[in-house]
Amino acid sequence: MSAVLSLESVSVLYRKGRTMVPAVRDVTLEIGRGETLGLVGESGSGKSSLATAITGLLPSGGRVDGTVRFEGSDLTGLAASDRRRLRGTAIATIAQDPFTSLNPVVRIGRQLVEFQHWQTDRSRAERWRRAAEMLAQVGLSDPEARMRQYPHQLSGGIRQRVAIAAALLVNPRLLIADEPTTALDATTEDQIIGLIRNARQAIDGAVVFITHDMSVVRRLCDRVAVLYAGQVVETGPVGTVLGDPRHPYTKALLACDPAGIETPTRLLPTIPGTVPAPGNLPPGCVFAPRCTAALPVCSQRSPRPSAAGPGHSAACHLMGTA
Amino acid sequence: MGSYLVRRFVLALLVLCLALLILFLLIYAVPGDPATIALGPRASEAQKLLFRERMGLDDPLVVQAVRYIGLMLRGDMGTDILSQRPVADLVLAALPRTVLLALVGLGWAVALGLPLGVVSALNPNSWIDRVVGVISTSVVALPSFLMAIYGLMLFSVTLGWFPAIGAGEPGDFGDQVRHLVLPALAVGIAWVGYIARLVRVSMLEVLGENHVKTYRAFGVSNLRIALRFVLPIAVVPVLSVLGVGMGNLLSGAVLVEVVFSRPGLGSLAYDAVVSRNFPVLFGSVVVTTALYVTANFLTDTAIALLDPRIVEEG
Repeated sequence: MSAVLSLESVSVLYRKGRTMVPAVRDVTLEIGRGETLGLVGESGSGKSSLATAITGLLPSGGRVDGTVRFEGSDLTGLAASDRRRLRGTAIATIAQDPFTSLNPVVRIGRQLVEFQHWQTDRSRAERWRRAAEMLAQVGLSDPEARMRQYPHQLSGGIRQRVAIAAALLVNPRLLIADEPTTALDATTEDQIIGLIRNARQAIDGAVVFITHDMSVVRRLCDRVAVLYAGQVVETGPVGTVLGDPRHPYTKALLACDPAGIETPTRLLPTIPGTVPAPGNLPPGCVFAPRCTAALPVCSQRSPRPSAAGPGHSAACHLMGTA
Repeated sequence: MGSYLVRRFVLALLVLCLALLILFLLIYAVPGDPATIALGPRASEAQKLLFRERMGLDDPLVVQAVRYIGLMLRGDMGTDILSQRPVADLVLAALPRTVLLALVGLGWAVALGLPLGVVSALNPNSWIDRVVGVISTSVVALPSFLMAIYGLMLFSVTLGWFPAIGAGEPGDFGDQVRHLVLPALAVGIAWVGYIARLVRVSMLEVLGENHVKTYRAFGVSNLRIALRFVLPIAVVPVLSVLGVGMGNLLSGAVLVEVVFSRPGLGSLAYDAVVSRNFPVLFGSVVVTTALYVTANFLTDTAIALLDPRIVEEG
């Protein structure tokens, strides 16, 4: 299994005043062909920053350290124009918010044609035809009519289908979906997840699925990486990590998933406290201040990732003791 | 789209009627009895009564107002006291010159201000942005009549590059163009800075929106995104401001016409004020108002073409 994407000690830093603050620290991950990786974590855990490090669309003042390899070649060393070409041909993104991710004053059809900007072998008419086909494929009735409409005339679910169709139009070998269902209602979310599952089969490559919802990971992903304060605290096959979580943060996240609660309760479980700000990380283990099982060593030394099974590792001091 | 434009058109007509009503009430509120003024102090009461009756001055205020607005809308603006020619003829002869001056003034301001704003927005806080910023804020503060006077002194009197007065020989296109340069420069210069500032702010705002990220995620170049997908959104608020600013532009054109002794609505109104020629004065005010309302209607149309969301919201 060759790696489609491999991250080697990737850090993402943002300028804050005079210093650079890390939003993502030392992430090493590999995603193989045909694989779907779930990136899970709370808001502010660095999921989206990691995605922008892969696409190269960091806001100004941001910097990526480490190596991002796509199909073996280092992306961080590429010229801006080569990276742009790669984004239009090999790496596609499904945006988070369907309500704002399409241009409000341009008809759907013209936008879908524009997204195939780098498919230089396709004529304008062919781009239009392919866009219509793709809209039909993602389950839209009367695609030609949809393409003559403006985004505000469509519902959120339909817009997200349009966004998925747009991403698939470039035949990506890496599809990055950044919380594509967060802004949608539960029924629509279900349909969109089904679509992404189908899309996974249609593309010859890998999918990175960013979410904060463990139940979505269970339904969609092969492997999962749990992010906390910019660090991967646990990673492994979905079955193992969700069935036998080793890191207290993963356990806490799973306990918060309403789908996993069997006895009715008045209050949904939460993890007390908030994710520390990137510029203000605690010493030792980043999760220690919120961890219910913290030992004295946790606030002194940062734990190294250690193996918990085949392809499964977690960064926790309790690993040796448990 | 159709019903939106109809609504806008009706609204424009209402605004015009309201403006006419205010103008009528202003005339009415001026102290003095028209009959006494027209017939002189030695006229008898019977003569005055007859005069009032003939002129409709004894009708109720509402009837007079409606009659006045109706006459104005039909283009009957009365007679010039001095030349005894219909005011409508005078005004219509002057109108194209003022419209030309305003359009050329605004036109070159847009042609320069728009690219400057776009360049600034694409390179925020760069040296070029700072230079454009300093230049635009300084020209915004310049009143057009001041620019007209200094332009006249420098380019006509000292350097002799351009003619100082008039609008050029009728039929001689080149001469007319040379006469238009300085007035258009004076009318437009403040707008260059104004438009550059507006476009910059509006572009920066739209550039921060999510859909821009989507285009970037598909590898579309920043310049292409800016010109094809951001600018059409960013000019909408600029257009709204321009529509309202037409009033300013027209009053600027009026003053500039006076400075350059250019025939047009401005000179017409100015001369009318000086010679107390009220029918001509009111005629030019009415036409200027109509021009303003028309400009606003055209702005609304342009906005509707650019942003389909506005049409549906009404």
